Amino acid sequence: MVEEIIKIENVTKQYDQFLAVNDLSLTIKRGEIFGLLGPNGAGKTTTILMLLGLSEPTKGKVQVCGIDSTRYPIEVKRKVGYLPDDVGFYQHMTGLENLLYTAALNGIDRKEAENRAFQLLKEVQLLEAANKKVGKYSRGMRQRLGLADVLMKKPEVIILDEPTLGIDPEGVRDFLKLIKNLNQVDQMTVLLSSHHLHQVQQICDRVGIFVKGKLLAEGNMESLIKQLFLQDSYIIKVKASPIDQELIEKINSFHDVNRVEIDDHYVHIYCQKDVSAEIGKFIIESGVSLYHLSLKEYGLDEIYHRYFEGSESA
Amino acid sequence: MKNESMKERFQAVKSFFARKNQSEYQVRSENHVNRKVFWAIVQKEFTDYVTSWRIIILLAIILLTCVGSLYTAITSIEEALKASEEAQAIARDLYLYVQMFTISDGTLPNFISFVGFLGPLLGVALGFDAINSERNKGTLSRLMAQPIPRDYVINGKFVAAVLLNILLFFSLGLLVMAFGILILGVPPTFDEFLRVICFLIVCIVYIAFWLNLGILFSIVFRQPATSALAGLAVWLFFIMFYQMIIEMLTKSYLDPTAVASEIEWVSRQEVVLSLMRLSPNYLFSESTIALLSPAIRTLGPYTYEQTLGQVASPLQLDQSLLIIWPQCTGLIAGTLICFTIAYLLFTRQEIRSN
Repeated sequence: MVEEIIKIENVTKQYDQFLAVNDLSLTIKRGEIFGLLGPNGAGKTTTILMLLGLSEPTKGKVQVCGIDSTRYPIEVKRKVGYLPDDVGFYQHMTGLENLLYTAALNGIDRKEAENRAFQLLKEVQLLEAANKKVGKYSRGMRQRLGLADVLMKKPEVIILDEPTLGIDPEGVRDFLKLIKNLNQVDQMTVLLSSHHLHQVQQICDRVGIFVKGKLLAEGNMESLIKQLFLQDSYIIKVKASPIDQELIEKINSFHDVNRVEIDDHYVHIYCQKDVSAEIGKFIIESGVSLYHLSLKEYGLDEIYHRYFEGSESA
Repeated sequence: MKNESMKERFQAVKSFFARKNQSEYQVRSENHVNRKVFWAIVQKEFTDYVTSWRIIILLAIILLTCVGSLYTAITSIEEALKASEEAQAIARDLYLYVQMFTISDGTLPNFISFVGFLGPLLGVALGFDAINSERNKGTLSRLMAQPIPRDYVINGKFVAAVLLNILLFFSLGLLVMAFGILILGVPPTFDEFLRVICFLIVCIVYIAFWLNLGILFSIVFRQPATSALAGLAVWLFFIMFYQMIIEMLTKSYLDPTAVASEIEWVSRQEVVLSLMRLSPNYLFSESTIALLSPAIRTLGPYTYEQTLGQVASPLQLDQSLLIIWPQCTGLIAGTLICFTIAYLLFTRQEIRSN
């Protein structure tokens, strides 16, 4: 069953002079984990607030579970669980009391709420801390309580805004495992925003790269790499002498080579495939002495770096 | 055959009502759920209030001062009663129970001035961090992600705080009356009882005004300290400076030598009085004094001619209410204005944790 559960159509959000989200279109299907990847201030939170109807788009349409978020925010909020970044709880209440209050706000009966709260607390491994005041919780515990809190209302979609911020690596791993589990066992749709590439990479089915209010690329990891580095997945760095125009042109005419750049000492050859062996052979055979040849392969870090850097210079 | 068709018709009618009931039931159950959700908020906020040290300390101060002032009032009445046998007979016509709130033996101010002074403090203390502390702690965005209308949050907080006030003032008032009966041995008349109840209601409205002002500031200012200070500033301004400023500004205006006729002087007095009435404190003291002193016949200036031919007896409650009607309307209007501004600002505000 493939169904579009989140649908954002040409959405723009403008604050006075500042364009927070710029003509964004995005659909998320039921049962997938979508990662919204972007640096701070890219407009991720703004987009999420618009999904929940907590902020009104300047232009465009937002639909969640087929319901217009701007017009019927309460209906949407019945179906969507939202974990804000830096989630806050009532410090003077215990973890259990906080969950029960959320349940009461969702109109869940006390008895049912208690059962559900205990079950969720067990799932997020907070059963022992259930009757402890939230003020004494650690950051990681708070975040896990946040996840339990979001699940109290049995949502169809959960939206997590920077859920792993400020948790230690072990905590992050557990947290991501919980999310993955929710997705696999309960077929929960998850929208996750983060600026941590590696975490997103670990659990997301699809990723959207979001910079300065614009979605630069989206898709699963492989297609993302293809989209971003269609031409230049590999860079071969060569130091040789003498280098003349003829040699460059010949290298350029190689099948998989896209372009060649020369700086003071090195020749950079951008290519689709690893053709370092052929290039080396060719250079030597042309009678030019080869001093250095190295291959640089692009990983996700580079994608990220390149995109985010690129956006800043743009 | 006939029986059959009757049965069918009966079935049709029955199913019609069943359907009607069902849809009505759905609407009703939705309303029911909404109401339950609203009271869940009120309940939580109320619990927060009565368990927070800030409010407990304030309530203790108010209880202590009010009980103190009422006690001195009761004892001084008691002494006067003991002085002569005649006094006891007269006492029945003197509205002893309402006087408890207005007289003092000089050691402590009377009850009205205490409420006029401390009431705003209580109101501001109940409201000043209603929204901004939730915002700062990050609970507001979590709250807003729940399927509740946004206004439930401020309505719930307001209702919880007003409930607390109602509880406080009614228990205080009724306790005082009970002590009065025990100590004085004179039962209150029904008119006195109603006057005290009306007085308590005016107190609650007065505090509700300051409460709403506090909530408004908690929405406008992001820092609880700022909104508390803003609330206190307004409070101090009206308590201490407003009257002073008006008197200073209108000194030359009211100078008797500069006025041509009596009528003009009276009209000038009226103008100054209207300016004074812009202060909620002034409205409160005017209306409570008129309520608790049945002999007061008007709150504005009146000429000697007007008093001629008056029967020298206390007013009925409904007449007293008639006198303070504009004052009460003003207080309620002030409360509503603050609430409306708070409401509009809050429903339009962006919900972010920082």
